[in-house]
Amino acid sequence: MLRFILRRIVGLFFVMIGVSVITFFLAQVVPVDPALVALGQNAREAQITAYRHEMGLDRPAVVQYISYVSHLVQGDLGKSIRTRRAVALDLRDFFPATLELSFAALVVSICLGIPLGMLAALRRNSLTDALARLVALVGGSMPIFYVGLLLLGLFYRQLRWLPGPGRLDATIHPPTAITGLYVLDSLLTGNWPVLQNSFAHLILPSLTLGIFSTAVLLRMTRSAVLEVLQQDYVRTAHAKGLRAELVIWRHVLKNAMTPVLTTIGITFGSLLSGAVLTETIFNWPGLGRYATTSVTSLDFPAVMGVTLVAAVLYPLVNMLVDISYHLIDPRVRTN
Amino acid sequence: MATNTLSPSANLALKAPVVQRNQFLRRLAKEPTTICGLILLVIFILLALLAPLISPFDPLFQNISVSLTKPSIPYYLGTDKLGRDILSRMLYGAQISIRSGVIVVLLAGSFGTLVGLIAGYLGGWVDEIWMRITDIFFAFPGLILAMAIAGALGPSLTHALIAVAIVSWPVYARLIRGQVLSLRERDFVQAARSIGVRDWRIIWQHLLPNTLAPLLVQASFDMAGTILSVAGLSFIGFGAQPPTPEWGVMISEGRNYITTQWWLTAVPAIGILLLVAALNLVGDGLRDLLDPKLRR
Repeated sequence: MLRFILRRIVGLFFVMIGVSVITFFLAQVVPVDPALVALGQNAREAQITAYRHEMGLDRPAVVQYISYVSHLVQGDLGKSIRTRRAVALDLRDFFPATLELSFAALVVSICLGIPLGMLAALRRNSLTDALARLVALVGGSMPIFYVGLLLLGLFYRQLRWLPGPGRLDATIHPPTAITGLYVLDSLLTGNWPVLQNSFAHLILPSLTLGIFSTAVLLRMTRSAVLEVLQQDYVRTAHAKGLRAELVIWRHVLKNAMTPVLTTIGITFGSLLSGAVLTETIFNWPGLGRYATTSVTSLDFPAVMGVTLVAAVLYPLVNMLVDISYHLIDPRVRTN
Repeated sequence: MATNTLSPSANLALKAPVVQRNQFLRRLAKEPTTICGLILLVIFILLALLAPLISPFDPLFQNISVSLTKPSIPYYLGTDKLGRDILSRMLYGAQISIRSGVIVVLLAGSFGTLVGLIAGYLGGWVDEIWMRITDIFFAFPGLILAMAIAGALGPSLTHALIAVAIVSWPVYARLIRGQVLSLRERDFVQAARSIGVRDWRIIWQHLLPNTLAPLLVQASFDMAGTILSVAGLSFIGFGAQPPTPEWGVMISEGRNYITTQWWLTAVPAIGILLLVAALNLVGDGLRDLLDPKLRR
């Protein structure tokens, strides 16, 4: 077990080195001079030279990379050209918004995807199954940015049932920061108006972001349950006269949940780093939105930072899922 | 495969593809959802190919006097805010989306397949290095990396396609490598090797043809994903640029009219949905047919 974890950590370390090389390389191929981006088009030659020297842009690429990595290991992701703050600070501010949104989207897809998938498998080839499969197909093929726009247009602009973009109404102050997740923080501090407002703000974006993962979870649950239904131990359980509901709860669902759990983990990893479109539409101040604005303004230190963080998050979550999978399922351990 | 030998089993093997093909078609005919997907896909391809002939208007022609017209005659799917005919833009948009999917699949698929074949066949440190490289690419969230690449190169459809291809090749490399690893130990490969067939010839003539089936399945899912990604990138401004009649751009341009003039956004959204769903259905159907274990 320990060896398994160690091997994964060493693997993650190599992935991080590779990721840092690629993000660094990306910033090198930009056909725009970062000095010009920072100083503006009207900068004088002397200013540009001074800036390039100050930022170390006049040194060879290898030297720049080594200096970049040595800063990285100290948690220094450089300074954003646009916000003029440390990228690490920016990311610390933006990350909780993404975490909250991803978590809410995951809850949506678990609540919808798993029961629907189970129902579809247990009533295979029925109308319910056909409908569930249709939901999975449409959910997996829909351009979610359209769904986001539609929900926003319908429930905010037209019906006025739910609030618009952002995490809170402009008139409401954020709750005292504990975790940075507004819903959780307002709950912990007993701030009911903020709780209500931040929860209402979360509904549409989490539905939008949750559509694709609902489809994924639905399909996974359906096929996992179907697979278990064909196992010998299920037939034995039926044969020895166990009540059908008991067979389903105790044998089928319990065993079908392990692959579903893995999928949930992977889904969470991809939600964390994949909220670009949803965050753009809902003006949600998270990592995806930060990435979009940074790329648009050619703020490459920020782009490098956010890409790096996202690229570490995904394998990290996967590693944790793998380890917990190891702990939960004895069959994996023996293999 | 084993066409050079004259053993009885080889004769059987010679006949096998025909039998398999018949079975394949018969099984395909029993899957209504796959048939639906195929028909839909063929319709989209035909519409895209015939776009210059059947488009009622020039997709870029602006006529402000008819702007925001409801779907009616002669604007069957309505017009946008600049009075451009949405049906014509949809037809040319289908061309762009399908071509984008094909280009990305060809780029990513050929490079990934090459890597997978070499890594799987040679094994050892070559395999190790390439697989660690794919690990690194898997770590990146697709859309953020694609956006960063597209941003670095400058926003355009071509750059978005390059970006998506860079993000998607590792899937092919992993898939093909897995196939090659199991094929490598099979008798026909061992036999070829023992009579001194050169490595590249084994890869080209024996390994590649046997990986085509899973490759085809992956290609259809990948094309679906690519069309969504390219539309998404174009929607946020990192792909095709206005006035290109690309579906993501069309949704972006119509976003302020979503509740009042719904057809501006709903029509391209349905276009994307149907095309992507068709590809997903075809991919599902092919996978079920080729891998009977997964059939349910």
